[in-house]
This record gives sequence, C-alpha cells and structure tokens, in this order.
Amino acid sequence: MVDYRAEFQALAEAYRLSGGNVQNLENPHTGILLVSGGRLLGKNEIPGLVIQGEEITDGVRARILVQKEVRLQNPVHLCFGVISETGVQRIVADFVMEQGSSARFLAHCSFPNAVQVRHLMEGTVHVGRNATFTYEETHYHGERGGVEVIPKMKIIVAEDGIYMSQFKLIQGSAGVVDIDYEAEVNDRGLAEMEAKIYGKSSDQIRIKESLSLNGRDSRGLAKTRVVVKDRAKAEVLGEIIGKGPSSRGHVDCMEIIQGNEAQASAVPRLLVLNDTAKLTHEAAIGSVDKKQMQTLMARGLSEQEAVDVIVKGLLK
Amino acid sequence: MSDDPFPLLSLRGVFLSRKGQEILKGIDLDIFPGEIHSLLGMNGTGKSTLAYAIMGLPEYRIDRGEMLWEGKDIHDSPVSDRARLGITLAWQEPARFEGLTVREYLSLGARGRTLSLTPAQCLESTGLHPDSYLNRPLDHTLSGGERKRIELASVLMMRPKLAILDEPDSGIDALSLDYIKAVLRKLIRLGSTILLISHHDEVASIADRASVLCGGKILKTGIPEEVARFFRNHCEECPHVNRPDREDFAHG
Repeated sequence: MVDYRAEFQALAEAYRLSGGNVQNLENPHTGILLVSGGRLLGKNEIPGLVIQGEEITDGVRARILVQKEVRLQNPVHLCFGVISETGVQRIVADFVMEQGSSARFLAHCSFPNAVQVRHLMEGTVHVGRNATFTYEETHYHGERGGVEVIPKMKIIVAEDGIYMSQFKLIQGSAGVVDIDYEAEVNDRGLAEMEAKIYGKSSDQIRIKESLSLNGRDSRGLAKTRVVVKDRAKAEVLGEIIGKGPSSRGHVDCMEIIQGNEAQASAVPRLLVLNDTAKLTHEAAIGSVDKKQMQTLMARGLSEQEAVDVIVKGLLK
Repeated sequence: MSDDPFPLLSLRGVFLSRKGQEILKGIDLDIFPGEIHSLLGMNGTGKSTLAYAIMGLPEYRIDRGEMLWEGKDIHDSPVSDRARLGITLAWQEPARFEGLTVREYLSLGARGRTLSLTPAQCLESTGLHPDSYLNRPLDHTLSGGERKRIELASVLMMRPKLAILDEPDSGIDALSLDYIKAVLRKLIRLGSTILLISHHDEVASIADRASVLCGGKILKTGIPEEVARFFRNHCEECPHVNRPDREDFAHG
C-alpha cells in the first residue's frame, strides 16, 4: 500500500531543496498539483482554477483551466518529482487560459536521487484572447546525472494573448535534456520562451524553441542561455517564422563553453513570409567574455571567482 | 598630494608592441602618492594602452623596461594580484553583465574591506539615485553615461591606492562633469592616487600634475597649465596623430 503522506513529505523536502517554500504546498488559497512518480498525490483548486487529474500507465494526465476573466493573484504551484533512483514520469498536461484570464504557474521538478529516471512532459497550452499565461519551470537534480528530461509543448496564443515561459536547470547534473517548444501566435499576441541550463560532466542538452508569428503585429522571442563544461554538449535551435503582417521576432542565444572537451552549437533559423515582418537574431558562443573577466579581476577577483560571477549572472 | 619623494608607480623605459607595432616607445613616468596625474594625448597615441599595461592585462604585457610599484617590480604580476596591491582601472567603455545588479557589482569592489562606503553612498556620489539604480541589471538597459558613472562608483567602493581612469568623462553630459570632479576629489580624500586620462580641460584642470603622451613617449611632465599649453601648441596639429609608428617628426 502506498504511503501518500511519506511520499508527500519526500517530495516536499526535494521541493524545499530546490529553493521552494514548503508552506506554498499547504496553502489553501493557492492552486496546487502534486505528482510523485506516476502518482497523483494531491491537488488544490481555488475559485476560477479547475484542475482535473488522473493517473495513467506511467504518469499523470492533467487538465488545468483558468476560467474566463479570472486573474489569479497567487502563483499556481506544480510540483513534479521522482524520489527513487529509477522510474518514469510522464506528465500529459493541457493548460487552458480562457479569454481575459491571467495566471502564473511555478513548476518545480525534483529528481534528487536519480540514477535512471525519465521525466516526459507532453503539454499543450491554449492562451485565450487577451489572456496571460506565465510558466516558470525550475529543475532540481542530484549530482549523478541520471535524469532524462524531455519536455514537449505546443502553444497557441490567441489574439492579444501573452505566453511567457522560462525553463531553468542549473542545480545538479542536467543529464539528458531535450526541449521542444512550438508556439503559434495570432494577431497582436506575444510569446516569449527562455531556457537557462548549466551542463556539466557528460550532460547532453538539446533545445528547440520555435515560434510561428501568424498574426498581424504578433511578437516573439526565443532566448537561451547555456553554459557547458567538462564533456557536456549543447545544441540550440531557435526558430522564428514571420507570417503575419508587421510581425516581429528575435532569437537570442548565448552559450559559454568552459574547457576543451565541452561542445556548444547554435542554429538560429529565421523565415520571413511577409514583406512587412521583421526578424532578427544574435548568437554568441565562446569562452567567458574577456573584458568582463578583466573588469572583475581589476576589482580583485581571481580568475575562477570572476568566471563564477559571470556564469551565475548569465543563468540567474 | 603628499610630500612623499618616492613614487607609488614608476615606469622606466617601458616599451610595448601590439600586433607587430610598437605603441609605447620608452615611457618614463612617475606617479606620486595622493596626486591626480592627468595624461593628455590625441587619439591613438597610446594612452589606453599605457593604462592597460599598468593594470597588467595579458595582451598588454610590456616588452622591456621597468614597472615598479612602491619600489617593487610588478612586471609579472597578473591583473588580480595588481588589484589586490591596490591598482584598479575604470574602462573607457565598461563591460556590461547580464544577471548582475548594480548593487552586486559595486559590492564586489569592497570585498575584504572593512572601511568601505556603501554602494548607495558611492552611487550617490556619481549623481545616480540609489533607489533608482541599485537593483537595476548592469546590462544594455543602462545608457553609456550611466554605465560609466557606475564604473566610477565601483572604483570608489574599492578605495584603491591607484585608480586609473580612462576617459571617465567621455559621453557624460556637461552638467554631470561636476559629479565626476567630486568623485575624483573624494577618492583623493580617501587616500587614493589617480592617473586620469581625459580630453576635458575642465576635468583635467583639477590635476596636480600632467603629462603629454605622443608617439608612444612622454613628451612633457609638469604643472597642468604648462602641460596643457604645450599640448595645445604642439600636439593638436601634430602629424603624429594616429600615426605613432612614424619617427620622422620633431617635437618642439
């Protein structure tokens, strides 16, 4: 028989170690979804927020809906984790932001003991007219690097809607990360995606952020910040398609590589299908910026201290 | 300026080449404790190169000559070691840092010091209101002028023995020059010495001594008014401008 209380406590502890405030998970005025391994440990709905969840073979399927014109004041906490050394966690999540709604989701993903764990996220996000969806996903991994993180999201942003996401994996060993986010943005909509990952040891990181700016005056930003060292490898594809009249998009990729065995690549891809659309990109890959280093060293920091300050800032 | 006869920094016959071109061609220069020493020179004459060489940037290692800090050779000392000795540099175009706030950046300069001013005090000295700036990121959202003033505040936080200020007044509006001068005076009151590279007569006029650098050499050192006059008479039309490689011009 499953001891749900013990499992909750283990997940809460992992959440705490990842920087979360455990009181958030017990606050009756906060929307919450708790998933440990393949088990739905708990959920808390609040007025205007509907959370439907069911256990599936190797995970949980959830439908999370914010009702029309509801603007949630407190962030909704999504706590996903695998406490054991091995296992698969599949999260199939459909987010629906109805017209005029607004919510901020904080997803905490903890795999502190992973030796062989797969975390699969298959999500869809529908941001309704004039709705705002903010999604911040922070990972906490152990040092053994035995995690595969494979999030795939398909996002549709309706007229005047706003989608903003940040994926952050800077604590512990990243393991294998394969991010694939795709967004379609309609008239006057905005989509901003950001990923920050610190790759070490033999981590393998692949990030694909793709934005299709379909609507008039639609806006998009695909931003990545990656640091790799040891034998870690990173591959970043930032793609924007400018279809809508006067659409504007930007790909911003910065990767820092430390040592001669790490590898980093960046491929910005811009496709313009309307003569009033404008897309831009900037990509920088290389060692830590020399002038930044020298500036900090001229304040008395050692070379290693200067690198740490720069890397921490980039991934903050 | 103290009466100490021993220079804080002494350069003797300093030569430095970059990319096959000799830029410093035998610099002789003494900087005395507590003085503001202004360095004049047209663009391309090697002023910034000299500043970087004193700071010890790896690409600006001197080829030959002596660089003595309080009488000891610092020729081989890396940047961090020189900073710990009390030397620092404010860049003409300071670096920007993603994810670092102004407060965090300023605090770095005060590490290990017990008698530091606060980041707010230092910022205020440069004319920037702490409430508006301390939590701002030190990135491209700051204008060039704002970033330069923060650089000065950072030097103030460090309270160095020698502050090398590479054109702290360029890109700064005229009204703000008073703040720059006030920071220079404050640094001196706190016990610093300043090597000041400036094109502004008004800022350079607060120096105790000045030197003219041209063609990779110090042509004249003396009181600022005399040196400024020499500079106006001999350097402003000098064909050495941006041609420090040519030796075939005589100086008056």
